[in-house]
Amino acid sequence: MIEFKMPSLGADMDAGTLVQWFKQPGDRIGRGDIVALVETQKGAIEIEVFSEGMIGEHRIQPGQKVPVGTVIATILTPGEQAEAIPEVVAIQPVPEPASVEPPAPLPRPAAPVAAGQKITPLARRTAAERGIDLRDVAAGADGVIGIAEIEAAKPKPTTEAKPRATAHAGLDLAEMRKAIAAAMVRSHSDIPHYWVTHSIDVSPLMHWLEAENSRRPVEQRLLYVAPLIKAIALALKDVPELNGYYRDGAFLASPQVHLGVATSLRGGGLVAPAIRDVDTREIGDLMAALSDLVPRARAGRLRSSEMTDGTVTVSNLGDGSAESVLPLIYPPQVAIIGCGAILPRPWAAGDAIAVRQIMTVSVAGDHRVSHGRHAGQFLTRLETLLGSPEAL
Amino acid sequence: MTDAELAKLVTDALFSVAPDLEGETIAPDKTFRQQFEIDSMDFLNFVVALHKSTGVEVPENDYPKMQTLAGAVAYLRERMK
Repeated sequence: MIEFKMPSLGADMDAGTLVQWFKQPGDRIGRGDIVALVETQKGAIEIEVFSEGMIGEHRIQPGQKVPVGTVIATILTPGEQAEAIPEVVAIQPVPEPASVEPPAPLPRPAAPVAAGQKITPLARRTAAERGIDLRDVAAGADGVIGIAEIEAAKPKPTTEAKPRATAHAGLDLAEMRKAIAAAMVRSHSDIPHYWVTHSIDVSPLMHWLEAENSRRPVEQRLLYVAPLIKAIALALKDVPELNGYYRDGAFLASPQVHLGVATSLRGGGLVAPAIRDVDTREIGDLMAALSDLVPRARAGRLRSSEMTDGTVTVSNLGDGSAESVLPLIYPPQVAIIGCGAILPRPWAAGDAIAVRQIMTVSVAGDHRVSHGRHAGQFLTRLETLLGSPEAL
Repeated sequence: MTDAELAKLVTDALFSVAPDLEGETIAPDKTFRQQFEIDSMDFLNFVVALHKSTGVEVPENDYPKMQTLAGAVAYLRERMK
Protein backbone atom coordinates (compact mmCIF):
# COMPACT_ATOMS: atom_id res chain seq x y z
CA MET A 1 0.00 0.00 0.00
CA ILE A 2 1.25 3.45 -0.91
CA GLU A 3 0.46 6.41 1.28
CA PHE A 4 -0.51 9.35 -0.90
CA LYS A 5 0.45 12.54 0.91
CA MET A 6 -0.46 16.19 0.59
CA PRO A 7 2.36 17.31 -1.71
CA SER A 8 4.50 20.38 -1.20
CA LEU A 9 3.98 22.55 -4.24
CA GLY A 10 6.84 24.93 -3.66
CA ALA A 11 9.11 26.37 -1.03
CA ASP A 12 6.30 28.48 0.31
CA MET A 13 3.50 25.96 0.85
CA ASP A 14 2.81 24.48 4.28
CA ALA A 15 -0.78 23.26 3.97
CA GLY A 16 -3.53 22.61 1.45
CA THR A 17 -7.31 22.35 1.49
CA LEU A 18 -8.98 19.52 -0.39
CA VAL A 19 -11.61 20.90 -2.76
CA GLN A 20 -12.63 17.75 -4.61
CA TRP A 21 -11.67 14.13 -5.23
CA PHE A 22 -11.62 13.18 -8.92
CA LYS A 23 -10.86 9.50 -8.21
CA GLN A 24 -12.92 7.38 -5.86
CA PRO A 25 -11.96 4.29 -3.82
CA GLY A 26 -11.75 1.40 -6.29
CA ASP A 27 -10.88 3.64 -9.26
CA ARG A 28 -7.81 2.58 -11.21
CA ILE A 29 -5.11 5.21 -11.56
CA GLY A 30 -2.05 5.59 -13.74
CA ARG A 31 0.99 7.79 -13.78
CA GLY A 32 0.07 11.43 -14.39
CA ASP A 33 -3.64 11.04 -13.61
CA ILE A 34 -5.27 13.96 -11.82
CA VAL A 35 -6.77 12.62 -8.60
CA ALA A 36 -7.77 15.70 -6.63
CA LEU A 37 -8.15 19.45 -6.62
CA VAL A 38 -6.39 21.17 -3.73
CA GLU A 39 -6.61 24.82 -2.79
CA THR A 40 -3.29 26.38 -1.86
CA GLN A 41 -1.90 29.86 -1.52
CA LYS A 42 -0.89 29.56 -5.18
CA GLY A 43 -4.43 28.89 -6.31
CA ALA A 44 -6.38 25.69 -6.86
CA ILE A 45 -3.96 23.04 -8.03
CA GLU A 46 -4.83 19.77 -9.77
CA ILE A 47 -2.91 17.06 -7.95
CA GLU A 48 -1.38 14.34 -10.10
CA VAL A 49 -0.34 10.92 -8.96
CA PHE A 50 2.87 9.19 -9.97
CA SER A 51 2.08 5.58 -9.09
CA GLU A 52 0.07 2.87 -10.77
CA GLY A 53 -2.70 1.12 -8.91
CA MET A 54 -6.08 1.71 -7.39
CA ILE A 55 -7.38 4.21 -4.86
CA GLY A 56 -7.77 2.36 -1.53
CA GLU A 57 -9.44 4.94 0.64
CA HIS A 58 -9.76 8.66 1.06
CA ARG A 59 -8.34 9.82 4.38
CA ILE A 60 -9.60 13.39 4.13
CA GLN A 61 -12.78 14.92 2.78
CA PRO A 62 -13.51 18.08 0.77
CA GLY A 63 -13.17 21.21 2.88
CA GLN A 64 -10.48 19.74 5.16
CA LYS A 65 -7.19 21.64 5.42
CA VAL A 66 -4.13 19.53 6.27
CA PRO A 67 -0.38 20.18 6.53
CA VAL A 68 2.00 19.13 3.76
CA GLY A 69 2.99 15.48 4.27
CA THR A 70 -0.35 14.35 5.72
CA VAL A 71 -1.61 11.09 4.22
CA ILE A 72 -4.71 12.06 2.22
CA ALA A 73 -5.41 8.73 0.52
CA THR A 74 -4.04 5.24 0.16
CA ILE A 75 -3.13 3.64 -3.13
CA LEU A 76 -3.13 -0.11 -3.58
CA THR A 77 -0.43 -1.45 -5.87
CA PRO A 78 -1.45 -3.93 -8.59
CA GLY A 79 -0.45 -6.95 -6.41
CA GLU A 80 -2.57 -5.79 -3.48
CA GLN A 81 -5.69 -5.12 -5.48
CA ALA A 82 -7.00 -8.68 -5.86
CA GLU A 83 -7.43 -9.16 -2.10
CA ALA A 84 -8.32 -5.57 -1.45
CA ILE A 85 -11.29 -5.17 -3.74
CA PRO A 86 -13.72 -7.40 -1.81
CA GLU A 87 -12.47 -5.98 1.45
CA VAL A 88 -13.10 -2.44 0.34
CA VAL A 89 -16.58 -3.41 -0.75
CA ALA A 90 -17.20 -5.27 2.49
CA ILE A 91 -16.17 -2.52 4.83
CA GLN A 92 -18.12 0.16 3.04
CA PRO A 93 -21.12 0.89 5.19
CA VAL A 94 -24.47 1.24 3.50
CA PRO A 95 -24.85 4.97 3.37
CA GLU A 96 -27.44 6.36 5.70
CA PRO A 97 -29.76 8.83 4.03
CA ALA A 98 -28.26 11.55 6.19
CA SER A 99 -24.80 10.93 4.83
CA VAL A 100 -25.62 11.04 1.14
CA GLU A 101 -26.02 14.76 1.08
CA PRO A 102 -23.56 16.33 -1.36
CA PRO A 103 -20.16 17.15 0.10
CA ALA A 104 -20.10 20.49 1.81
CA PRO A 105 -19.01 23.19 -0.59
CA LEU A 106 -15.60 24.66 0.04
CA PRO A 107 -15.96 27.30 2.72
CA ARG A 108 -15.53 30.44 0.73
CA PRO A 109 -17.34 33.31 2.40
CA ALA A 110 -18.49 35.84 -0.13
CA ALA A 111 -17.27 39.36 0.40
CA PRO A 112 -20.24 41.19 1.79
CA VAL A 113 -22.07 43.19 -0.79
CA ALA A 114 -25.39 45.03 -0.70
CA ALA A 115 -28.35 42.94 -1.83
CA GLY A 116 -28.99 43.04 -5.56
CA GLN A 117 -25.65 44.67 -6.26
CA LYS A 118 -23.65 43.34 -9.22
CA ILE A 119 -19.89 43.15 -9.02
CA THR A 120 -17.28 41.89 -11.47
CA PRO A 121 -14.85 39.15 -10.44
CA LEU A 122 -11.82 41.44 -10.82
CA ALA A 123 -13.46 44.12 -8.69
CA ARG A 124 -14.35 41.60 -5.98
CA ARG A 125 -10.85 40.22 -5.85
CA THR A 126 -9.22 43.64 -5.80
CA ALA A 127 -11.57 44.86 -3.10
CA ALA A 128 -10.70 41.85 -0.95
CA GLU A 129 -6.99 42.38 -1.45
CA ARG A 130 -7.23 46.04 -0.46
CA GLY A 131 -9.55 45.47 2.47
CA ILE A 132 -12.35 47.47 0.90
CA ASP A 133 -15.83 46.77 2.24
CA LEU A 134 -18.08 46.37 -0.79
CA ARG A 135 -21.06 47.71 1.16
CA ASP A 136 -19.33 51.09 1.09
CA VAL A 137 -18.84 51.11 -2.68
CA ALA A 138 -21.44 52.72 -4.93
CA ALA A 139 -22.11 51.03 -8.25
CA GLY A 140 -21.31 52.79 -11.51
CA ALA A 141 -23.92 54.30 -13.83
CA ASP A 142 -24.67 50.84 -15.22
CA GLY A 143 -25.46 49.45 -11.76
CA VAL A 144 -22.32 47.32 -11.67
CA ILE A 145 -19.33 47.65 -9.34
CA GLY A 146 -16.31 47.39 -11.61
CA ILE A 147 -12.62 47.98 -11.11
CA ALA A 148 -13.11 51.74 -11.65
CA GLU A 149 -15.43 51.95 -8.63
CA ILE A 150 -12.96 49.97 -6.50
CA GLU A 151 -10.09 52.22 -7.61
CA ALA A 152 -12.12 55.21 -6.45
CA ALA A 153 -12.93 53.66 -3.06
CA LYS A 154 -10.63 54.11 -0.08
CA PRO A 155 -9.98 51.21 2.24
CA LYS A 156 -11.43 51.75 5.70
CA PRO A 157 -8.80 52.35 8.36
CA THR A 158 -9.52 49.20 10.31
CA THR A 159 -7.52 46.36 11.80
CA GLU A 160 -10.27 43.83 11.21
CA ALA A 161 -9.36 40.71 9.32
CA LYS A 162 -9.68 41.21 5.61
CA PRO A 163 -12.39 39.30 3.83
CA ARG A 164 -10.95 36.56 1.65
CA ALA A 165 -10.67 37.22 -2.04
CA THR A 166 -13.32 35.20 -3.75
CA ALA A 167 -13.21 36.01 -7.44
CA HIS A 168 -11.75 32.76 -8.66
CA ALA A 169 -11.81 29.17 -7.65
CA GLY A 170 -8.98 29.00 -5.19
CA LEU A 171 -7.29 32.28 -6.07
CA ASP A 172 -6.70 34.39 -3.01
CA LEU A 173 -4.25 37.14 -3.83
CA ALA A 174 -3.71 38.27 -0.26
CA GLU A 175 -2.72 34.70 0.70
CA MET A 176 -0.63 34.41 -2.46
CA ARG A 177 1.22 37.61 -1.56
CA LYS A 178 2.05 36.13 1.85
CA ALA A 179 3.39 33.00 0.17
CA ILE A 180 5.51 35.05 -2.24
CA ALA A 181 6.84 37.08 0.68
CA ALA A 182 7.75 33.95 2.64
CA ALA A 183 9.59 32.41 -0.31
CA MET A 184 11.43 35.63 -1.11
CA VAL A 185 12.49 36.25 2.49
CA ARG A 186 13.95 32.76 2.48
CA SER A 187 15.60 33.36 -0.88
CA HIS A 188 17.06 36.68 0.20
CA SER A 189 18.40 35.41 3.51
CA ASP A 190 19.66 31.94 2.44
CA ILE A 191 20.99 32.46 -1.06
CA PRO A 192 24.13 34.55 -1.62
CA HIS A 193 22.91 36.21 -4.80
CA TYR A 194 24.93 37.91 -7.47
CA TRP A 195 23.60 39.58 -10.63
CA VAL A 196 25.08 39.96 -14.10
CA THR A 197 23.33 41.85 -16.92
CA HIS A 198 23.84 42.13 -20.66
CA SER A 199 22.11 44.22 -23.34
CA ILE A 200 21.34 42.17 -26.45
CA ASP A 201 20.37 43.43 -29.91
CA VAL A 202 17.26 41.36 -30.66
CA SER A 203 16.48 43.07 -33.99
CA PRO A 204 17.21 39.83 -35.91
CA LEU A 205 14.71 38.00 -33.68
CA MET A 206 12.04 40.67 -34.18
CA HIS A 207 12.52 40.72 -37.98
CA TRP A 208 12.35 36.95 -38.13
CA LEU A 209 9.21 36.98 -35.98
CA GLU A 210 7.50 39.58 -38.16
CA ALA A 211 8.17 37.56 -41.32
CA GLU A 212 7.13 34.35 -39.58
CA ASN A 213 3.85 35.83 -38.26
CA SER A 214 2.91 37.44 -41.57
CA ARG A 215 2.69 33.98 -43.11
CA ARG A 216 1.13 32.20 -40.12
CA PRO A 217 -2.66 32.06 -39.61
CA VAL A 218 -3.72 34.03 -36.55
CA GLU A 219 -4.16 30.89 -34.41
CA GLN A 220 -0.53 29.95 -34.97
CA ARG A 221 1.14 33.31 -34.50
CA LEU A 222 4.09 33.53 -32.16
CA LEU A 223 4.97 35.94 -29.41
CA TYR A 224 8.66 36.67 -28.96
CA VAL A 225 8.59 34.93 -25.60
CA ALA A 226 8.39 31.52 -27.37
CA PRO A 227 11.73 31.75 -29.27
CA LEU A 228 13.17 33.62 -26.27
CA ILE A 229 12.55 30.77 -23.81
CA LYS A 230 13.88 28.26 -26.36
CA ALA A 231 17.12 30.26 -26.68
CA ILE A 232 17.39 30.61 -22.89
CA ALA A 233 16.95 26.85 -22.45
CA LEU A 234 19.58 26.06 -25.09
CA ALA A 235 22.04 28.51 -23.51
CA LEU A 236 21.40 26.94 -20.09
CA LYS A 237 22.38 23.53 -21.47
CA ASP A 238 25.87 24.97 -21.91
CA VAL A 239 26.05 26.30 -18.35
CA PRO A 240 24.72 23.56 -16.04
CA GLU A 241 25.69 25.58 -12.93
CA LEU A 242 22.57 27.70 -13.50
CA ASN A 243 20.03 24.89 -13.92
CA GLY A 244 19.02 22.55 -11.08
CA TYR A 245 18.41 22.45 -7.34
CA TYR A 246 20.41 23.28 -4.24
CA ARG A 247 19.25 21.03 -1.41
CA ASP A 248 20.79 19.92 1.88
CA GLY A 249 24.06 21.67 1.21
CA ALA A 250 24.63 20.24 -2.25
CA PHE A 251 23.89 21.21 -5.82
CA LEU A 252 22.23 18.79 -8.19
CA ALA A 253 22.39 19.89 -11.84
CA SER A 254 19.34 19.01 -13.91
CA PRO A 255 19.86 17.21 -17.21
CA GLN A 256 16.62 18.72 -18.54
CA VAL A 257 15.57 22.35 -18.67
CA HIS A 258 12.10 22.77 -17.16
CA LEU A 259 11.50 26.49 -17.30
CA GLY A 260 9.32 28.22 -14.73
CA VAL A 261 7.53 31.12 -16.42
CA ALA A 262 6.80 33.92 -13.95
CA THR A 263 3.23 34.98 -14.71
CA SER A 264 1.63 38.00 -13.12
CA LEU A 265 -2.06 37.87 -12.31
CA ARG A 266 -4.37 40.82 -12.69
CA GLY A 267 -4.76 42.38 -9.28
CA GLY A 268 -1.29 41.51 -7.98
CA GLY A 269 -0.54 37.78 -7.75
CA LEU A 270 2.47 36.02 -9.21
CA VAL A 271 3.02 32.37 -10.01
CA ALA A 272 5.75 30.57 -11.99
CA PRO A 273 4.46 27.31 -13.49
CA ALA A 274 6.95 25.22 -15.42
CA ILE A 275 7.08 24.16 -19.06
CA ARG A 276 9.01 20.90 -19.36
CA ASP A 277 11.91 20.13 -21.69
CA VAL A 278 12.01 23.59 -23.25
CA ASP A 279 15.44 22.89 -24.77
CA THR A 280 14.16 20.08 -27.02
CA ARG A 281 10.76 21.37 -28.18
CA GLU A 282 9.73 23.17 -31.37
CA ILE A 283 8.93 26.87 -31.05
CA GLY A 284 5.33 26.33 -32.25
CA ASP A 285 4.91 23.68 -29.57
CA LEU A 286 6.33 26.02 -26.91
CA MET A 287 3.91 28.77 -28.01
CA ALA A 288 1.01 26.32 -27.68
CA ALA A 289 2.26 25.35 -24.21
CA LEU A 290 2.44 29.02 -23.15
CA SER A 291 -1.02 29.78 -24.57
CA ASP A 292 -2.39 26.91 -22.50
CA LEU A 293 -0.41 27.66 -19.34
CA VAL A 294 -0.79 31.42 -18.90
CA PRO A 295 -4.62 31.56 -18.92
CA ARG A 296 -4.72 28.55 -16.56
CA ALA A 297 -2.31 30.31 -14.21
CA ARG A 298 -4.56 33.37 -14.23
CA ALA A 299 -7.66 31.26 -13.66
CA GLY A 300 -5.99 29.42 -10.74
CA ARG A 301 -6.02 26.03 -12.46
CA LEU A 302 -2.48 24.65 -12.55
CA ARG A 303 -1.28 21.07 -12.07
CA SER A 304 0.93 19.93 -9.23
CA SER A 305 3.80 18.96 -11.55
CA GLU A 306 3.76 22.44 -13.06
CA MET A 307 4.24 23.92 -9.59
CA THR A 308 7.21 21.75 -8.68
CA ASP A 309 9.07 20.81 -11.87
CA GLY A 310 10.82 24.12 -12.63
CA THR A 311 14.62 23.79 -12.64
CA VAL A 312 15.13 27.50 -13.36
CA THR A 313 12.77 30.48 -13.78
CA VAL A 314 12.35 33.23 -16.35
CA SER A 315 10.84 36.57 -15.41
CA ASN A 316 9.93 38.32 -18.65
CA LEU A 317 8.59 41.83 -18.13
CA GLY A 318 7.15 42.00 -21.66
CA ASP A 319 5.86 44.70 -23.97
CA GLY A 320 5.24 48.15 -22.56
CA SER A 321 7.16 47.48 -19.36
CA ALA A 322 10.51 48.58 -17.93
CA GLU A 323 14.01 48.17 -19.31
CA SER A 324 15.45 45.66 -16.88
CA VAL A 325 14.67 43.53 -13.85
CA LEU A 326 16.94 42.03 -11.17
CA PRO A 327 14.89 39.17 -9.77
CA LEU A 328 15.38 36.92 -6.72
CA ILE A 329 15.94 33.18 -7.11
CA TYR A 330 13.02 30.85 -6.30
CA PRO A 331 14.46 28.19 -3.97
CA PRO A 332 15.56 25.42 -4.34
CA GLN A 333 16.49 26.66 -7.82
CA VAL A 334 19.90 28.26 -8.28
CA ALA A 335 19.27 30.91 -10.93
CA ILE A 336 16.60 33.14 -12.40
CA ILE A 337 16.74 34.95 -15.74
CA GLY A 338 15.20 38.44 -15.95
CA CYS A 339 14.21 39.90 -19.33
CA GLY A 340 13.37 43.58 -19.68
CA ALA A 341 11.03 45.02 -22.32
CA ILE A 342 12.44 45.26 -25.84
CA LEU A 343 13.08 48.95 -26.53
CA PRO A 344 14.58 50.93 -29.42
CA ARG A 345 18.03 52.17 -28.36
CA PRO A 346 21.10 53.70 -30.03
CA TRP A 347 23.55 50.89 -30.76
CA ALA A 348 27.07 50.66 -32.13
CA ALA A 349 26.79 48.80 -35.47
CA GLY A 350 30.27 48.60 -36.92
CA ASP A 351 31.60 52.18 -36.82
CA ALA A 352 28.18 53.81 -36.90
CA ILE A 353 25.37 54.33 -34.45
CA ALA A 354 22.10 52.71 -35.42
CA VAL A 355 18.72 52.37 -33.70
CA ARG A 356 18.20 48.74 -32.74
CA GLN A 357 15.72 46.71 -30.69
CA ILE A 358 17.48 46.06 -27.40
CA MET A 359 16.62 43.67 -24.58
CA THR A 360 18.47 43.80 -21.29
CA VAL A 361 18.78 40.30 -19.86
CA SER A 362 19.91 39.64 -16.30
CA VAL A 363 20.94 36.53 -14.44
CA ALA A 364 20.64 36.18 -10.69
CA GLY A 365 22.92 33.34 -9.65
CA ASP A 366 23.61 31.47 -6.41
CA HIS A 367 27.21 31.93 -5.24
CA ARG A 368 27.14 28.54 -3.52
CA VAL A 369 26.96 27.01 -7.00
CA SER A 370 28.26 29.50 -9.57
CA HIS A 371 29.80 32.93 -10.02
CA GLY A 372 29.69 35.84 -12.42
CA ARG A 373 31.75 34.09 -15.06
CA HIS A 374 29.07 31.41 -15.49
CA ALA A 375 26.37 34.04 -15.89
CA GLY A 376 28.55 35.87 -18.42
CA GLN A 377 29.01 32.64 -20.42
CA PHE A 378 25.27 32.09 -20.41
CA LEU A 379 24.50 35.64 -21.54
CA THR A 380 26.99 35.66 -24.43
CA ARG A 381 25.73 32.25 -25.56
CA LEU A 382 22.16 33.59 -25.42
CA GLU A 383 23.21 36.60 -27.52
CA THR A 384 24.66 34.30 -30.19
CA LEU A 385 21.52 32.13 -30.25
CA LEU A 386 19.17 35.12 -30.52
CA GLY A 387 21.28 36.39 -33.43
CA SER A 388 20.18 33.40 -35.54
CA PRO A 389 16.52 32.89 -34.63
CA GLU A 390 15.86 30.74 -37.70
CA ALA A 391 18.14 28.08 -36.19
CA LEU A 392 16.24 27.86 -32.89
CA MET B 1 -23.76 45.52 -38.19
CA THR B 2 -24.30 48.47 -35.85
CA ASP B 3 -21.51 49.90 -33.71
CA ALA B 4 -23.30 48.63 -30.63
CA GLU B 5 -23.28 45.09 -32.05
CA LEU B 6 -19.61 45.40 -32.94
CA ALA B 7 -18.83 46.68 -29.44
CA LYS B 8 -20.62 43.62 -28.04
CA LEU B 9 -18.44 41.32 -30.20
CA VAL B 10 -15.27 43.07 -29.01
CA THR B 11 -16.36 43.00 -25.39
CA ASP B 12 -17.31 39.32 -25.57
CA ALA B 13 -13.95 38.46 -27.14
CA LEU B 14 -12.12 40.33 -24.37
CA PHE B 15 -14.13 38.65 -21.61
CA SER B 16 -13.56 35.23 -23.19
CA VAL B 17 -9.78 35.62 -22.84
CA ALA B 18 -9.93 37.35 -19.44
CA PRO B 19 -12.98 35.86 -17.69
CA ASP B 20 -12.22 37.74 -14.47
CA LEU B 21 -13.18 40.96 -16.28
CA GLU B 22 -16.72 39.73 -17.05
CA GLY B 23 -19.13 42.60 -16.43
CA GLU B 24 -16.51 45.36 -16.35
CA THR B 25 -17.35 48.59 -18.17
CA ILE B 26 -14.79 49.18 -20.89
CA ALA B 27 -13.85 52.83 -21.42
CA PRO B 28 -13.99 53.46 -25.20
CA ASP B 29 -10.70 55.33 -25.53
CA LYS B 30 -8.46 53.83 -22.88
CA THR B 31 -6.14 51.04 -24.02
CA PHE B 32 -6.97 47.55 -22.76
CA ARG B 33 -3.48 47.40 -21.30
CA GLN B 34 -3.91 50.63 -19.27
CA GLN B 35 -7.33 49.67 -18.10
CA PHE B 36 -7.03 45.95 -17.36
CA GLU B 37 -3.34 44.90 -17.54
CA ILE B 38 -4.01 43.10 -20.83
CA ASP B 39 -0.61 41.81 -21.95
CA SER B 40 0.62 40.53 -25.31
CA MET B 41 -0.52 36.97 -24.55
CA ASP B 42 -4.05 38.13 -23.65
CA PHE B 43 -4.06 40.38 -26.71
CA LEU B 44 -3.10 37.59 -29.10
CA ASN B 45 -5.84 35.40 -27.62
CA PHE B 46 -8.25 38.33 -28.04
CA VAL B 47 -7.36 38.64 -31.74
CA VAL B 48 -7.82 34.87 -32.15
CA ALA B 49 -11.24 35.07 -30.42
CA LEU B 50 -12.31 37.93 -32.71
CA HIS B 51 -11.21 35.94 -35.72
CA LYS B 52 -13.45 33.08 -34.58
CA SER B 53 -16.48 35.29 -33.97
CA THR B 54 -16.18 37.65 -36.97
CA GLY B 55 -13.97 35.89 -39.51
CA VAL B 56 -11.76 38.99 -39.60
CA GLU B 57 -8.07 38.07 -39.49
CA VAL B 58 -6.14 41.01 -38.08
CA PRO B 59 -2.56 41.26 -39.39
CA GLU B 60 0.09 42.11 -36.81
CA ASN B 61 0.65 45.52 -38.40
CA ASP B 62 -2.92 46.47 -37.49
CA TYR B 63 -2.60 45.55 -33.80
CA PRO B 64 -2.03 49.21 -32.81
CA LYS B 65 -5.50 50.08 -34.16
CA MET B 66 -7.09 47.44 -31.93
CA GLN B 67 -5.83 48.63 -28.55
CA THR B 68 -9.03 50.37 -27.46
CA LEU B 69 -12.72 49.51 -27.65
CA ALA B 70 -13.46 52.46 -29.98
CA GLY B 71 -10.44 51.61 -32.14
CA ALA B 72 -11.40 47.95 -32.42
CA VAL B 73 -15.01 48.82 -33.32
CA ALA B 74 -13.87 51.28 -36.03
CA TYR B 75 -11.44 48.71 -37.39
CA LEU B 76 -14.03 45.93 -37.56
CA ARG B 77 -16.61 48.28 -39.13
CA GLU B 78 -14.12 49.00 -41.93
CA ARG B 79 -13.04 45.37 -42.40
CA MET B 80 -16.60 43.94 -42.31
CA LYS B 81 -18.05 46.29 -44.94
